[in-house]
Amino acid sequence: MSYLELIKLASPEAVVVITALVVLAVGLTSRRTATICSIIAVFGLAGAIGAVLMLPRNANLFGGMLVITPLTSLFKIICLALAFFTICLVRSEKSLRHPGEYLAIILLATVGLMLLVGSEELLMIFIGLELLGLSLYVMAAFDRNDARSAEAGLKYFLFGSTSSAFTLFGISLIYGMSGSTGLAAISDKLAAAPVQPLLATGIIMTLIGFAFKIAAAPFHLWAPDAYQGAPVPSAAFIASGSKVASFVVLGKIVLVGFGPVHGSSAWHAMTAGWSPVLAVLAALSILIGNLVALAQTNVRRLLAYSAVAHAGYTLLGLVAGSRDGFSATLFYVAVYAITLVGAFGVVAVVRGETGGDNLKNFSGLAGRAPLLAGCMAVFMLSLAGIPPLAGFFGKFYLFSAALRAGGNYGLLWLIALGLFGSFVSLYYYLIVLKAIFVDQPSLETSSSPDRSSSDLLQRITVTVLAAAILVLGLMPDTLASRILAALS
Amino acid sequence: MIAWTIYLTFAGAVVLLVFPDVLARWIALLTAIAGFVLGIVAFVRTPVADLAHFMTIVSVPWVPPLGMNYHLAVDGVSLTMVLVTGISAVSTVLFSWDVDHRQREFFFWLLLVVGGCYGVFLSADLFLLFAFYELVIVPKYFLIAIFGSTSKEYGAMKLTLYSFFGGMFVFAGILAAYATAGSLDLSQLVQFHFSAQLQSWAFPVLFLGFAVLAGIWPLHTWAPTGHVAAPTAGSMLLAGIVMKLGAYAALRVAMNMFPEGFHAWSKWIAVLAVIGIVYAAAVALRQHDLKFVIGYSSVSHMGFVLLGLATANVLGVSGAVLQMFSHGVIAALLFAVAGRMLYRRTHTRELDALSEMNLSHALPFAAFAFVIACAASMGIPGFSGFAAEITILIGVWKTYPIAVWITGAGMVLVAAFTLRALVKSFFGEVRMQPVRVSTDADWNEQSITLAEKCGACLLMFATLAVGLYPKFLLDRIMPAVEAMRFLK
Repeated sequence: MSYLELIKLASPEAVVVITALVVLAVGLTSRRTATICSIIAVFGLAGAIGAVLMLPRNANLFGGMLVITPLTSLFKIICLALAFFTICLVRSEKSLRHPGEYLAIILLATVGLMLLVGSEELLMIFIGLELLGLSLYVMAAFDRNDARSAEAGLKYFLFGSTSSAFTLFGISLIYGMSGSTGLAAISDKLAAAPVQPLLATGIIMTLIGFAFKIAAAPFHLWAPDAYQGAPVPSAAFIASGSKVASFVVLGKIVLVGFGPVHGSSAWHAMTAGWSPVLAVLAALSILIGNLVALAQTNVRRLLAYSAVAHAGYTLLGLVAGSRDGFSATLFYVAVYAITLVGAFGVVAVVRGETGGDNLKNFSGLAGRAPLLAGCMAVFMLSLAGIPPLAGFFGKFYLFSAALRAGGNYGLLWLIALGLFGSFVSLYYYLIVLKAIFVDQPSLETSSSPDRSSSDLLQRITVTVLAAAILVLGLMPDTLASRILAALS
Repeated sequence: MIAWTIYLTFAGAVVLLVFPDVLARWIALLTAIAGFVLGIVAFVRTPVADLAHFMTIVSVPWVPPLGMNYHLAVDGVSLTMVLVTGISAVSTVLFSWDVDHRQREFFFWLLLVVGGCYGVFLSADLFLLFAFYELVIVPKYFLIAIFGSTSKEYGAMKLTLYSFFGGMFVFAGILAAYATAGSLDLSQLVQFHFSAQLQSWAFPVLFLGFAVLAGIWPLHTWAPTGHVAAPTAGSMLLAGIVMKLGAYAALRVAMNMFPEGFHAWSKWIAVLAVIGIVYAAAVALRQHDLKFVIGYSSVSHMGFVLLGLATANVLGVSGAVLQMFSHGVIAALLFAVAGRMLYRRTHTRELDALSEMNLSHALPFAAFAFVIACAASMGIPGFSGFAAEITILIGVWKTYPIAVWITGAGMVLVAAFTLRALVKSFFGEVRMQPVRVSTDADWNEQSITLAEKCGACLLMFATLAVGLYPKFLLDRIMPAVEAMRFLK
C-alpha cells in the first residue's frame, strides 16, 4: 500500500478539504467575496464528483477504514449533489455575515458525510460522525443576530454530544466483546458467539447515537428547534445530507456488522436482536411525528415533525433486513433529501419576501409566485406519497419490501402503522397547500424591488429539484436499479 | 390507439398551462373531445369478439427489478367506462365554460382527474392502476377547495381524506397480493391461486378500500358534502366518473383476484348495498338543498352497482357495469341542471325558494333537461336507468330474492324524492307574481347558453340511446364479464 495509492483513493475527500481551505482563505481576505467563494466551492464539489467517478470499482484500505464500492460511490455523489444545492440556497441568505466561513463549514460537513458513507470501520465512522456533527452545530448557530439560531445550535449541540457519548460507549463495548472495530470482523465474531447482555447493551447504545442523527423518536427533541431556528441552508443540510449519510452508515452497521444478531420483529415471532429495537423506534417515530405535526402552524416546525415520521418509514426497510429492504431505504432517503432541500428552498424565498415562515406567510403564494407554489405542491405531495411523484414509489417500494421480508406477513403491524401514518400526514401537507393555493394573502409582502439574481438562482434550484422529484417518480428505475445493482 | 386517451389528456393538461387564461377552456374542450372521439372510434372499430377478454394494448417494462410494467389492456367493461369518461369530460368542460378566475388552474386540475380516470380504466398492472387511482385524489381537493361554494374547504378536506383513507386499505390489499404472488400484473394475478385464509382477510380490505370511493354505506358521507361543496364541474366529475373508479376497481381487482374471499363476503356486500339504496333514498327525501338531494341519490344509485356486483352472476354484474355508465351520464346531467343552469341564475338551491320562482317558464330548456334526467334517474322505461336497474334486479333475483323486495321499496323512495325535487324546483306554485329571476350583475343573458345546451344534449342523447338500445353496450359488457373468474 503506497502513500500515492491512498491519496488516489481518497482523492474526492481530499479535493473537498482543499476546497474548504481555499474558500476559508479567500473569505478571510475581504468581506465582499461571497460570490467568488461560492463559485470556488461549486467547482470544488464538481471536481470531487469527477474524482468519485474516476475511482476504481472496488477497493478496501486498512481493514475497512476506506471502502470503495459502487454503493459508496453512488452515495458520495448524492451527498456532493446535496451540498451543491445547499450552497445554491446560501447565496440568498443575507443575514450570514461571513459567507466564506459558512461555505467552508458546509464543505467540511460534506467531508464528514463522505467519510461516513465510505467507511466500514467503527472508529472511522465515529470520526466521520463527529466531523459532521461539529460542523452542523456551528452551522445551526451561525446567525449571530438571531437568538433562535443560537438556541437551535445549543440544543442540537447538547443532544448531539450526549448521543455521541452513547455511541462511543457502545462502540467500546462492542470492541471489548469482539476485539475488532472492522464491521466484517465484528460480524464473524458475533456469528460464533450467542448474544450476551453486554453485547446487547453495546448494540443499543450504538443505535441511540444514530437514532439521534436521523431524528427518530424518542430522540427527536432537538429537531423542531433546529429546523425552525437554524439558518435555512443549515436546516436544509441537517435534514438532507446528514440524514442520507446516517442511513447509509446505519444500514451498513446493522446489516454488515450486526448481521448475525438480527432478531425478528414479526408480531407472531418476536426474538431479541437489533431489528425489534429499530422496529420500536420506527413505530414511535411514525406515531409521534405524524400526530404532533398535525398541530403545527410553522412550516419549518411542521417539516421537522414530518421528518421524524419519515425517519420512521425509512427505518422500515432496515427492520426488514433484506437486500430489497436496504435498497428501498436508500431510495427513500435519497428522494426524501432532495424533497427537503427543495422545500427549504421555497421556505427561504417566502421568508425573504414576507419575513417569516408561518403558515400565514405562505397564504396566497400561488397568486404571487405560481412556479414556486407549484414546486412546493410537488414537494408536499411527494412527501405525502401521491403519484406520480417519487415519494409514492418510495413508499410502495419500502412497504412491499418490508412485507415480503417479514415472512408470513410478520411486519404487517408496522406496515399498517405506516399506512395509517401516511393517511394522517396527508392532512397537514394539504393544510400547507391550502394556505398556498386557497387562502387569500393576509400579509403585506415587501414587494420585490430586491428580487436580485440570487433570488433567481434560488428559484432555479427549487425548480430543478421539483423536476427531479417528478422524473424520479415517473422513471424510478433510473435510481432504484442503480442502488439495487450497487448492493448486489 | 385507445391508450392515447390517457396521453392526450395529460398532454392537454400540461399544454394549457403555458397558454394564456383565455385559451384554457378551448384547449380543455379540444382535449376532452379528442378523448371522447378516440373512445367512440375504439368502441365501434374493435371487433366485439376481441372485447371478451382483457386484451393487452401496451406493455413496456417500467421497473423491471420489482416486476412493474406499464401495461394497459382493454375489454368490454373498461371500454364502456372509457366511453362514459369521455362523455362526462366533454360535457363537464362545456358546463364550466364561464369559469371566471384562475381558468388555467381549473382546467389543469380537471384534466388531471379525467386523465387519471382513463388510466384506471385501462390499467392492467396493479401498481399502475393504484398510481392512477391515487392521482385522482388531490386534483379533486383543489377543484373543490378553490372553486367550490358552500363550506368548500370542509367538503374538500373530508372528501380527500375519505378517498385517501380508502386508498390506504387498497394499498394494504395490493401489498398482500404482491408479497404473496410476487407479481403485479393483473393477468398473472388472476391466475394465481391465493390461499383461502389470505383471501378471507385480503378481500374485504381491498374491496372496502375501493368501495369507499363508490360510496358504500356507511362510508358514503363524503359524497353528499363533497358534491354540495364542489363546483358544478366537480360534482359532475365526482358523480359521473370518480365514484365509478371505486366500483370498477373493486370489480376488476378485488373480485377477480380473490374470488373465494368474494364468495365468502358477497352477502354482506349485498346487505350494505341494500341498506345504502334505501337509506340514502330516505335521507334524500328530507333534504332542502337540491344538490344534497342529488348527492344522496348518487349514493342510492351506486348502491345498485354494488348490489349488482354482489350477485356474482353475469346478469347482475353486467347490469352493474351498465348502471355505472347510466348513472355517470344521469348524475352529470342532474348536477349540471342544478348547479349550473339553476344556481348560476337564481343563487339559491333551496327547494322552497325555487318552488316560488316558477322556473319552468323562465328556463324552459333547463326544465326539459331536468325532466329527462329525473325520468332516467327514476328508472322510467326508455332511459338508461331502467335498462340497467332491471338487469341488476333480474340478476339479484337469482341470488338474493329477498333483496329484490327491499330494493323495490327503495325504488319507490327514489321515485318519491326525485319527483319531489322535480316538482319543487321547476313546477312550484307561483305565490308571488314575479316571473323574472333575479339576475347576476354581469350575467346579461339569462337564457341558457349554447355551451350548456350542447353539453345537456350530449348527456340526454347518451341516456336515451342506451335506454332504447342497451344491447349496444351489453353485447360488449357481457362476454367480458363471462370471462371473469369470480362467477358462481
